[in-house]
Amino acid sequence: MKFRHLLQVNAMNWTSFDTWIVIAGSLCALACALPGCFLVLRKMSMMGDAISHAVLPGLAVAFMVTGSRTSSAMFIGAAMGGVVTSVFTQWISKFGNVDRGAAMGIVFTTMFALGLILIVQAADHVDLDPGCVLYGAIELTPLDLVTIGGYQIPRTVIVVGAVMLLNLIVIVAFFKELKLSAFDAPLSDTLGFSSRFLHYLLMTMVAVTTVAAFEAVGSIIVIAMLIVPPATALLLTRRLVLVMLLSALVSILAATLGHVGALTVPRWFGFETTSTSGMMATAAGFLFSLAWLFSPSDGLVARWIGRHRDR
Amino acid sequence: MAPSGDAAGEDLSYHSDTAPLAVHDLTVAYHRKPVLWDIDLDIPEGKLVGIVGPNGAGKSTLIKACLDLIPKTSGEVGIYGKPYRQQRHLVGYVPQRESVDWDFPVSALDVVAMGTYRQLGWFRRVGAKQKQAAMEALKQVGIEHLAQRQISQLSGGQQQRIFLARALVQNAQLYFMDEPFAAVDAATEQAIVKLLQSLNGEGKTCLVVHHDLATVTQYFDWVVLLNMRVVAAGPVAEVFTQENLHKTYGGQLGLLNDAAKALSYVTR
Amino acid sequence: MLMMVSSAMAQEAARDQRALTHSQIEWPSTTDVWEVATLRNYNTRLVVLSTSLLGIAAGLVGSFLLLRKRSLMGDALSHATLPGIGIAFAVMVAAGGTGKSLPGLLIGATISGVLGLLVMLAIRNTTRLRDDVAMGLVLSVFFGAGVAVLGVVQSIPEASAAGLERFIYGKTASVIKTDFYLISGVAAIIVIFSVVLRKEFTLLCFDEGFASSQGWPVLALDVALLGLVTAVTVIGLQTVGLILIIAFLITPPTAARFWTHSLPKMIILSALFGGMSGWLGASISALLARMPAGAVIVLVAGTVFLVSMIFAPERGVLPRWLRHRNLRREVNRQHLLRGAYEILEHEARSSGSDGSVINLPFSRSALLSKRTWSSRELGRILSTERAMGHIEHLDHAMLRLSEAGFGKAARITRNHRLWELYLVTHADIAPSHVDRDADMVEHVLEADLVRQLEEELRARDSWTPVPESPHEIPSPSAG
Repeated sequence: MKFRHLLQVNAMNWTSFDTWIVIAGSLCALACALPGCFLVLRKMSMMGDAISHAVLPGLAVAFMVTGSRTSSAMFIGAAMGGVVTSVFTQWISKFGNVDRGAAMGIVFTTMFALGLILIVQAADHVDLDPGCVLYGAIELTPLDLVTIGGYQIPRTVIVVGAVMLLNLIVIVAFFKELKLSAFDAPLSDTLGFSSRFLHYLLMTMVAVTTVAAFEAVGSIIVIAMLIVPPATALLLTRRLVLVMLLSALVSILAATLGHVGALTVPRWFGFETTSTSGMMATAAGFLFSLAWLFSPSDGLVARWIGRHRDR
Repeated sequence: MAPSGDAAGEDLSYHSDTAPLAVHDLTVAYHRKPVLWDIDLDIPEGKLVGIVGPNGAGKSTLIKACLDLIPKTSGEVGIYGKPYRQQRHLVGYVPQRESVDWDFPVSALDVVAMGTYRQLGWFRRVGAKQKQAAMEALKQVGIEHLAQRQISQLSGGQQQRIFLARALVQNAQLYFMDEPFAAVDAATEQAIVKLLQSLNGEGKTCLVVHHDLATVTQYFDWVVLLNMRVVAAGPVAEVFTQENLHKTYGGQLGLLNDAAKALSYVTR
Repeated sequence: MLMMVSSAMAQEAARDQRALTHSQIEWPSTTDVWEVATLRNYNTRLVVLSTSLLGIAAGLVGSFLLLRKRSLMGDALSHATLPGIGIAFAVMVAAGGTGKSLPGLLIGATISGVLGLLVMLAIRNTTRLRDDVAMGLVLSVFFGAGVAVLGVVQSIPEASAAGLERFIYGKTASVIKTDFYLISGVAAIIVIFSVVLRKEFTLLCFDEGFASSQGWPVLALDVALLGLVTAVTVIGLQTVGLILIIAFLITPPTAARFWTHSLPKMIILSALFGGMSGWLGASISALLARMPAGAVIVLVAGTVFLVSMIFAPERGVLPRWLRHRNLRREVNRQHLLRGAYEILEHEARSSGSDGSVINLPFSRSALLSKRTWSSRELGRILSTERAMGHIEHLDHAMLRLSEAGFGKAARITRNHRLWELYLVTHADIAPSHVDRDADMVEHVLEADLVRQLEEELRARDSWTPVPESPHEIPSPSAG
């Protein structure tokens, strides 16, 4: 954890490092929050969590087959693991008449267990860096730089930024179809927009985002940003476009707040710093609780006042 | 033509190849239990058709089987002589109101505009023209003032009208409506009737799952009496008889007390 | 997160089971198998018994979760325990301990799990957001907070927090006697509660609104049920880990659901599957090198699920598919034989003889026009019927029913018409009695009723011994 010391030194002084971390976090949060809106509206919020666990056997197989830890092989393996999860979940719930939550739970836990065994079996050959993937390596973002057009830009920012752009393009292009199939899948089919295609499009988007992000910034940010910003936005507005814009805003805010929190909050208790990705998820939760309390339409306070006015 | 839906022992020649809806030998079964059994049905062009029958008679199942939303055990459904897959553009579907999430963050106008998506195709967005069409449809069902309202803030009847307006902008030839009159207020009921009549005036065919026997003779000019099988199908005046109703509802004729008025109209 | 897992597991495996030079599975000897199967080894005994008990308890509680369509609640809950573990550790360290007392950590886990649960219920009951969102929210935010807390705790210089990871990945091999007592105690409590509150939980799962209208304290029941889930999760944490305990709560009940429609049977079966997965999984893990118990247990449960889903006679995919295919075939066969019989009947009637139906040859094309089947489809049905000896081909255009086929066709036609008549004469009750596949009406309806129906048919038409279709009889005008 030698990099943590770097951060300790700079803890109180905002440096370009911190800026890059916030940019990477914000891009990642944005990349998740956009497809996350549709995930939440389709009542599939838990899919991000499921996929992030289920990529393990994909990683293991990719590693065993190629014998290398090159990111492209790992990326493909993990993304396939994610897509397989959503396909199996769909099959089990459709052909077996199983509740979708249960189907998801079975698939991802089994995949996770399979991945564990594969990796343990290959333990001698696997030299996987313990690193800080659990907590997310987002703190390491500014150290891995590539030069583009004369500018030094962290690789993570480029990866996550590309995924964000990709998601943005897909969502803008298919906005009307995604909206329709989330609202009324049978109608979508009768109008000639295959709801199955749109479902898998969304799932692929989530899988790719999860995989790209978990290596770069840690999977906890992904799981949180897929759900929390859209849920927050849904408490504040009832227009789909506004929901998307607001959740984008919330995700960026959460990322910024999270990093600042990681630098400052532990100090209140006499510690140094803590995991930025964990704090970003926590910050998102904090923003949600604000909306939950103070939303003008749905907030607890507004409801309480409304109830008392009635009396 | 006998007012009968059963083709057994009959000449099949009356089955028309270009009828808006032609159902042949349709059986739908879950496990061993049939839900629909040997359904044969031809709906002529330009009719307002009421589908009536007791609870569990398979009325919604019939519609869903016609639209390929559930698998058929045997039989065929032809829409203007071809399978539904090829004729989607001719069909409009109004599902039961509970089938969607009314908390979804969209406005009434958004939902109605969804009906224009087929004409738009992939990628193209809703433009002024489509919005115009959606507004027109809302006007036709009498709730244009609610266009910008979020759908969860509407009453049940208003939600039903949105569904109808959406079907309207689909500009189909054949409409399937699953219980549009269920639990709506009187004003909505009138609005729906008016809409049905104006669709009928344009020569369109509407199949409407209906519950209220008392209004069958007022609202429809054709009726399908369904109880797992087609008990009878044909013009209301010929088919909507005490005897056929008894064959459809059996001892549940308590229901038919409501229909007494309607029947007196038929038998008059 | 995952790489961390792999490395932790790998190190543990390497330490526990001595590094091997190749990654081949080393098959155990028969004596090893016997030793594990009979629980000779003290350590194995503890591990196997604890995981089995855990499986039984989780199977019971999971059944209700599944019926309540909240299977992933365990997922959310287990993730929500993480900050509690971290904080408990920090508090214990601050109080001067090593911070690794198991009861202390579990109390922390319970507190934060319950807190997460309450937040979930509060979100669900005070906002328009649904269960899945509430679960996902609590899961991610609490887990994030847990990660943040662990990040802080790990910087405590005098106490290594490394051991805390075992709560995430589980460490089955390390079950000691006190753990065993804890697990069996909690499992016993869970079993007792599930049995005592079975009726109430069932009502809650089946129809919350009805339960509440009947005066049942729905919220309290909900909390009680989720309390049991919390208990299972917390005791499962350090054995199978917070990710794999989820499988224990979901997989056995879902597998059990395929075997039966009866709730009591399903619950018992689910407990059985859970216990079996725990037993087998732990045993396999004890026998083979480099097989982490938690993962093996999940794979065993997953296999049980897969087998159940495909083969279970009641609701399995394969039996259901076969039934549906047979039904399809049966429907086609009945259409064919009835069609043939109706052709013969028509000829008998138009021939002007006494009208009795005679088994004459008839043309394939007449049969083809009887129904909306394609020529190929008809050919397929004909060939199966020929194989069954019901029909004979005279040449490529003409067919004849065999003796057996003729009898069968007459019976099918009769049954069909009886059912038809039954449907219109007893319209109110008929749909629930009609059985498409019943060869004989008598098997389903009472003999008296069948006789009555037959008489009615005969009264309407005496052409043939096999009754006519009621729809062909012109109905008297009601007006």
